[in-house]
Amino acid sequence: MNVIETEGLTRVFTGRPDPKNKLRRRRHVAVDRLDLTVEAGESVGYIGANGAGKSTTIKMLVGILVPTSGAVTTVGLHPLKQRRALARRIGVVFGQRSQLWWDLPVRESFSILSAIHSLSAADERSRTAELVDTLEMGGFLGTPVRQLSLGQRMRAEVAAALLHRPELLILDEPTIGLDVLSKQRLREFLVTQRREHGTTLLLTTHDMGDVERLCDRILVVDHGRLAFDGTLDGLGRTVGARRELVVDLATASPDLVDVAGAEHVRSESDGLRQRLAFDPQRTTAARVLAAVSERAEVVDLSITEPDIEDVVREIYRATRR
Amino acid sequence: MRPLPSPARNPYWRFLVAGFRGQSAYPLAMLAGLVANATFGLLKGGIMGAAVESAGGELAGYSAATMAAFVWLGQGMLGSVNLWGGSDLQTRIKSGDVAVDFLRPVSVQAAHVLTDIGKGLFALLPRGLPSVVIGILVSSMALPPSAGAFALGLLSLLIGIAVSHASMYAVATTGFWLVESRGISVFYMAFSGFFAGLFTPIYLFPDWLLTVALLTPFPSMMQLPIDVLSGQVTGTAAWQHVGVQLLWLAVVLGVGHLTTRAGRRRLEVQGG
Repeated sequence: MNVIETEGLTRVFTGRPDPKNKLRRRRHVAVDRLDLTVEAGESVGYIGANGAGKSTTIKMLVGILVPTSGAVTTVGLHPLKQRRALARRIGVVFGQRSQLWWDLPVRESFSILSAIHSLSAADERSRTAELVDTLEMGGFLGTPVRQLSLGQRMRAEVAAALLHRPELLILDEPTIGLDVLSKQRLREFLVTQRREHGTTLLLTTHDMGDVERLCDRILVVDHGRLAFDGTLDGLGRTVGARRELVVDLATASPDLVDVAGAEHVRSESDGLRQRLAFDPQRTTAARVLAAVSERAEVVDLSITEPDIEDVVREIYRATRR
Repeated sequence: MRPLPSPARNPYWRFLVAGFRGQSAYPLAMLAGLVANATFGLLKGGIMGAAVESAGGELAGYSAATMAAFVWLGQGMLGSVNLWGGSDLQTRIKSGDVAVDFLRPVSVQAAHVLTDIGKGLFALLPRGLPSVVIGILVSSMALPPSAGAFALGLLSLLIGIAVSHASMYAVATTGFWLVESRGISVFYMAFSGFFAGLFTPIYLFPDWLLTVALLTPFPSMMQLPIDVLSGQVTGTAAWQHVGVQLLWLAVVLGVGHLTTRAGRRRLEVQGG
């Protein structure tokens, strides 16, 4: 079954009057004849530059924005006409908005949401316990939402969106502003959730880590149109999404140009710090590090992820050629 | 017999309770509100009391005691009825957070109005009751003549709170078209307090202005509940008051329902 289906989905925003011709309003095509299908169980990363049309698409998928033209069905429902039925079957997390009750304890928000979704008292207890346990929220269940840290709140937001066991979970920038550890925890949870419940995931993000760890299909959107639809492998092949291993060496060393599977990018401080790029599809950071260690003593290291902006820019460049 | 479902499983009941409990998080704000209410109550009480006295002990059907009741019941209701024109929905439309409201399988209107009524009911405890107690201490304010009148007064008060929040909801839905609806709020505020009987009883108005006032929902928010609660009207007249209030409640709820339905199609959720 297709969880998401759009056909020629288009949204045009009309803005302020055009300064050159006052009678005409500026038109901005945010989503342009988008054809999209997502099957049950898929995990899809929806990426693109700011203003590319990601959020606009999501708003139309969930029925909070009326398309200018085209058709959209989500879990087989018409998002506008069947708003309430749809709301029972999907979960949505907007990284920048809260669905929790600001002044009430987290526990109370979960309980109200359970009532909203008509869970039985027993179901509410077991589901809440499961989510509290896996998302490690026991420590702040009694805390009013406004006093939570961002990491805590995001976990609570994700739990709130999953209480009613939605078939489709839509996450709009779920890891924005989170520290490395919080991101990691959230991703692990989402992977487990998907494995155990078969939840379909659609997420927008600016974080390449999210895409790599969570998504098996990637859609890149540019000016409201799909610029890429494929796997992470395919994306890597298209744009060469490489990681960089940065090593600090004990002594100044010549450029490490002969490490298998890695390419020397540049050296700093007479070779005390060297940067090596590698393709995670072909080798691993560990193997590159081992090869480097054979040649010089490593005192410190870090790995930089390819920036999603770079990946998107590459895709844009490739498709506009 | 099947046991009745617990109210805790009813989302609308939960919205009401959430509003009530959420409001209890701000006791200092409540105290500040009470101080303001009491201060203005003393001023208003002095002015209105003097007006009754100079009119020879009776003014537009008010004695010193019923006028004091008008003043202090009105002050007590200020934290519970919304006459100032702002609301959560208004800010949520502007910020785009209203998206979250539409992603719940419930009526957006009922969710908002019930939450606001919940807040209003809570405010009766720290602001309503103390205002009345102050009124009793500093004046000879009239009290409900019987338990039945008191009960009907409470019902009238509850409907008044509901009318005010349902009206405010309808006003806030203009934000679906305007995004920033504060201008409408200011316009609303210019009339709401005046016609609700916040400054003087509307019965002191010239006939034509009284007619205009009665053609709006505002008297149902404050003046009519005060009339019933203070025993200014009793018996059939009191029931008539409640009937008028219910009529206005239906009207403002109906308007809010229609504007929500139409406005939803206009909504352009703001920000990312």
